[in-house]
Amino acid sequence: MDDMVASNEACSAHLLTFADGSRRQVYVTGVETPYPRGKLIVSRTDTRGIITQCNPSFVDMSGYPAAELIGQPHCILRHPDMPAAAFRDLWDTVQSGRQWNGYVKNLRKDGGHYWVYATVVPNVRDGMIVGYTSVRREPSRDKVAAAEALYREMR
Amino acid sequence: MAFNFTVSPSFPNERISDWYIFNTWMQRSLDLPIHLELHNDFGAQRQAIAAGKVDMIYANPFDASLLVREQGFRAIARPEGKPDEMVIVVAADSPTQAVPDLLAGSRIACADDPCVNTIGRILLEPANLDGNNTTELRRETYIQVAKALLRGDADLGFMPVEAFENLSSLVRRDLRVLVASQIQVIHHAFLIGPILFEHATAITGLLLSMHQSDKGQAMLTALGAQRWQALEQEDVEFMIDIISTLTT
Repeated sequence: MDDMVASNEACSAHLLTFADGSRRQVYVTGVETPYPRGKLIVSRTDTRGIITQCNPSFVDMSGYPAAELIGQPHCILRHPDMPAAAFRDLWDTVQSGRQWNGYVKNLRKDGGHYWVYATVVPNVRDGMIVGYTSVRREPSRDKVAAAEALYREMR
Repeated sequence: MAFNFTVSPSFPNERISDWYIFNTWMQRSLDLPIHLELHNDFGAQRQAIAAGKVDMIYANPFDASLLVREQGFRAIARPEGKPDEMVIVVAADSPTQAVPDLLAGSRIACADDPCVNTIGRILLEPANLDGNNTTELRRETYIQVAKALLRGDADLGFMPVEAFENLSSLVRRDLRVLVASQIQVIHHAFLIGPILFEHATAITGLLLSMHQSDKGQAMLTALGAQRWQALEQEDVEFMIDIISTLTT
């Protein structure tokens, strides 16, 4: 995955290290994009977490053109404020065939972010997990505040 | 013995005769005995499904999921065009401007469509509202949902977009859409049960070519659709995966 390009806005640089050992330089502006009212953000990945399909809301909120998203690892949206343990829990849960829910702060291409309440389910076909579907919806601000506090402690 | 066909009871009452016309046309075209049974509510429909009295159904996305996963039904077509969406409405003079303004204790007018109500509940999550801190006022029809809002009996109402658009302009003028769902990926589907699998090719072919005749096109228009679109098993599986994230 390519490093991010710093936007014109004031931003801070962070080096993310992913579970597979790969690294990515990201830039964070601290600007939050409000969740689009009434929408669901939907995406699918293969079993390795590579994005195979996404809906227009996913594209709009990410700030990337669709062509830049398909084929990329889902962690292209990883925000440095998210604790690695949250994603470990996500992967452990869905790889064991169960559904995962949680509040997630996602990173946009422009360095901004947006909060979601995410649910991830394994796609089981003929008894085999062939990928994962993630559906995000608008979280309440109370729940976001609680998640922010929790993740600060976990980091 | 006739095969049993039903339609999710979320369509407007004025379309009842159109579904009977559709059924008569389908029977003649397929040369199969098909009995159309329209249920008054979703509870009655689910009882019929559980009793094995449904062989063919035009179902909302939630029932379609249930039928495919738990009853072995096969989805063969969907109406082309807009996916299923709903709106949360308030009285035009309501002080509520956005969902987060809604307070605990809010009274929700709704009908018994589990699909609409589930999505409505999801759209209330930003206000921390759920079944524990709201009151649900069940109404028989969406006109009655609108009346509950206009009389001040309810603070907000759930209805399908189509039902809202079918309200008279006078009623709509006194209502305001607080939020409209834009889920984009779930839709009604036409399903057949295992007993009809041997006729799947004929039924699918009939539906997919329906728009090609003037009579077929007229029936589709009366039912609020333009044409049927083929559904692949993976399309349905994807929709089911999405619905499973909304219902558990």
